[in-house]
Amino acid sequence: MDPVLETMEAARPRTEMECEVEHILEPYEKTPEDTIMVLQDIQGKYNWLPREALEYASARLSVPLAQIYHIGTFYKAFSLKPRGKHILQLCTGTACHVRGSRLILDSLVRDHGLKSGETTADRLLTLECVNCLGACALAPILVIDGKYIGHCTQVRAGNTVKRLRKEAAVDKKENANA
Amino acid sequence: MPKLTSRADLNVYRDDLVSKRKPGATVVTLCAGTGCATCGAGDVVEAFRKKIKTNGNIQILTTGCHGFCERGPLVVIRPRNIFYQMVKPKDVDEIIEKTIGKGEIIERLLYVSPTTGKAVVKEEEVPFYLKQQRIVFGLNGYLDPFRIDDYIANGGYQALAKALFEMTPDQVLQEVLDAKLRGRGGGGFEAGWKWKSCKEAHPELPHHIICNADEGDPGAFMDRSILEGNPHSVLEGMIIGAYAIGGTDGFIYVRNEYPLAVRTFKNALVQAREYGILGENILGSGLSFDVKISRGGGAFVCGESSALFRSLEGKVGEPRAKYIHSTERGYHDEPTNLNNVETWANVPHIINKGAKWYRTLGTDGSPGTKVFSLVGNVNNTGLIEVPMGMSLREIIYGIGGGIQKGKAFKAVQTGGPSGGCLPDSALDLPVDFDKLTEAGAMMGSGGMIVMDENTCVVDVARYFIDFLIEESCGKCLPCREGLRQMSSILHYICEGKGQPQDIATLEELGSTVADCSLCALGGSAPNPVLSTIKYFREEYEAHILRKKCPGGVCTSLIEYEIISSLCNGCGTCESVCASGAISPAEGEKREKGELHVIDKVKCVKCGACIEVCPTDAVIRR
Repeated sequence: MDPVLETMEAARPRTEMECEVEHILEPYEKTPEDTIMVLQDIQGKYNWLPREALEYASARLSVPLAQIYHIGTFYKAFSLKPRGKHILQLCTGTACHVRGSRLILDSLVRDHGLKSGETTADRLLTLECVNCLGACALAPILVIDGKYIGHCTQVRAGNTVKRLRKEAAVDKKENANA
Repeated sequence: MPKLTSRADLNVYRDDLVSKRKPGATVVTLCAGTGCATCGAGDVVEAFRKKIKTNGNIQILTTGCHGFCERGPLVVIRPRNIFYQMVKPKDVDEIIEKTIGKGEIIERLLYVSPTTGKAVVKEEEVPFYLKQQRIVFGLNGYLDPFRIDDYIANGGYQALAKALFEMTPDQVLQEVLDAKLRGRGGGGFEAGWKWKSCKEAHPELPHHIICNADEGDPGAFMDRSILEGNPHSVLEGMIIGAYAIGGTDGFIYVRNEYPLAVRTFKNALVQAREYGILGENILGSGLSFDVKISRGGGAFVCGESSALFRSLEGKVGEPRAKYIHSTERGYHDEPTNLNNVETWANVPHIINKGAKWYRTLGTDGSPGTKVFSLVGNVNNTGLIEVPMGMSLREIIYGIGGGIQKGKAFKAVQTGGPSGGCLPDSALDLPVDFDKLTEAGAMMGSGGMIVMDENTCVVDVARYFIDFLIEESCGKCLPCREGLRQMSSILHYICEGKGQPQDIATLEELGSTVADCSLCALGGSAPNPVLSTIKYFREEYEAHILRKKCPGGVCTSLIEYEIISSLCNGCGTCESVCASGAISPAEGEKREKGELHVIDKVKCVKCGACIEVCPTDAVIRR
């Protein structure tokens, strides 16, 4: 960067998100090699990769924004869209597949309006198919916000989705009343 | 903790640790590996910690994975090795009172062998463990992965001390060469040769030592359990490797999906540095070497060496053509030695006990043991370690306890998405690198997925090809486009739109993709299709010519039916049917109501009725 521009950039007050990303960057040496891990931490904080955070990380790591987006789209772990309040991870690894995870996926899509890799319009639920969580003894597995449901069936999966929706509806009502 | 600055320091420290242990003290070993943790081991550990304070006579030890995940959470009470399975927090009081207090056995928590119907008391007598030979996994149930002291007290870092103070780097290298240790990550290339070519490459450049823990195969979790259960054994192997090769720095590339493994290894690094076992002047020997952790982004292709290096450099993980081996030009185009977790974990044992001992294990071509994750439709799901050369039958029936629900065996899939499916005629095949490759499958990293008669091999082939399409980096055309074409043909076949010439087209496409792809991902990608065509051609023909799915999986080719004689009329199926296809048949009385029937026009074939039917009256065909 041009030294004059750099000074101006440094003098500009930082936004809240930029401060947060700066905090994330603290333990790193801020070389291009850190890019993937920094993106993981950003995703860990916001649940997705907001553009503003990426622009700031791009400047601090000296990696062009286009390259950051290249990485963000290449690796499966990253999401460039905001994710829902609750994240449903359905394991579709081989062991879960042969024990019927596909039927669970079909029923979540058909009966509950979810789509693999997408978030519902109300930003409540995100469904993700993941490749193997390494808990094959409990196949098929559905993970909801980090909590494992082993030996899952489509009925159990469906009931869980219904419960989450109901809780959200109750919350909404309470908020409206308050 | 003062640094250990010599071999004598290490030995004094170890003797001190051992002398502090009371012989005969009760140790309550709690498995807290991912398998048990998902079954609720966390609550069991909590309950024990609340009730007993660790003192000289009783110790609580939370360990990594014991392997028998199907029966978690597991509790083993040593030194008597009393084995309790599926322990719930409410059982804890009883265990403390009866077993720990009075030495009584609680029958209810014992494992009952399905073959003999007898309860088994001791861990080593459980059939699942009986036939295993645990070398790499040997210490998993005996140490807390977060405590380096446990590892040292159990003889840890003795191999490193032996290498540093008794052997020259060349002698260490020769020992690994003599042991004929083959890479456990999939390829089975001899580790010693890799070390040697890395050592000899470009002496003027730095040499990197890397551990590949990007275990991307779905259905495989061996490496993770080693890292979570005994991280120091991997680290010790890497330091020995660095000494032999002349490594200047090290990395471990771990999947970010394995948060616990990242934590255990990070902690292991911190402790090893504090003890003077890692970093500058290791144990006063003059060797300096350190290891950094790099977390991967979740891409299967990053298990491939050149893609892994790009990812380590913070870039997109695309492989390159390997005219020049990565041992010469790898990470940052400098000589790099990449081995898998299990390979590194074998190294300390080879140095400790010698190449000669190692060659007595396993087969001539593939010495040593191999860890497999035995999963799928098998009774005893879990991690097993067996000597190379054991037959598939012995593994699936002897250790795995046979097929779930007494169904018939159809196939076993080895080697993950790059491997193949083997039929029952191959069950007596001894499992080693060469035999599996000859049969059209491959060892891979050690995933072993057992499939019963209700699996469709065409569907499995389609599953793997679709997986690989997602994971293909898209750099070379044969893999990117060839797999797409194969997938669309397989989809047609599964939907009942297959044409008679499809099998030949698949074979032709498959061999082109295998021959022309840039890296091993594409090179082995058609294996699941080619091996299933080889062994299960009649299933493909049933789909294409008769429009039937023998396994009862492919939705377009099957129908659901309720067997009139088995239905008890309970109506549970009707209550879960989202499409309203199930209704009672009037006039047909059963013990709990009326016989139910499925309207095949309305049925969307979701399978919810099969899940809930208490009498297994619903069938697919």
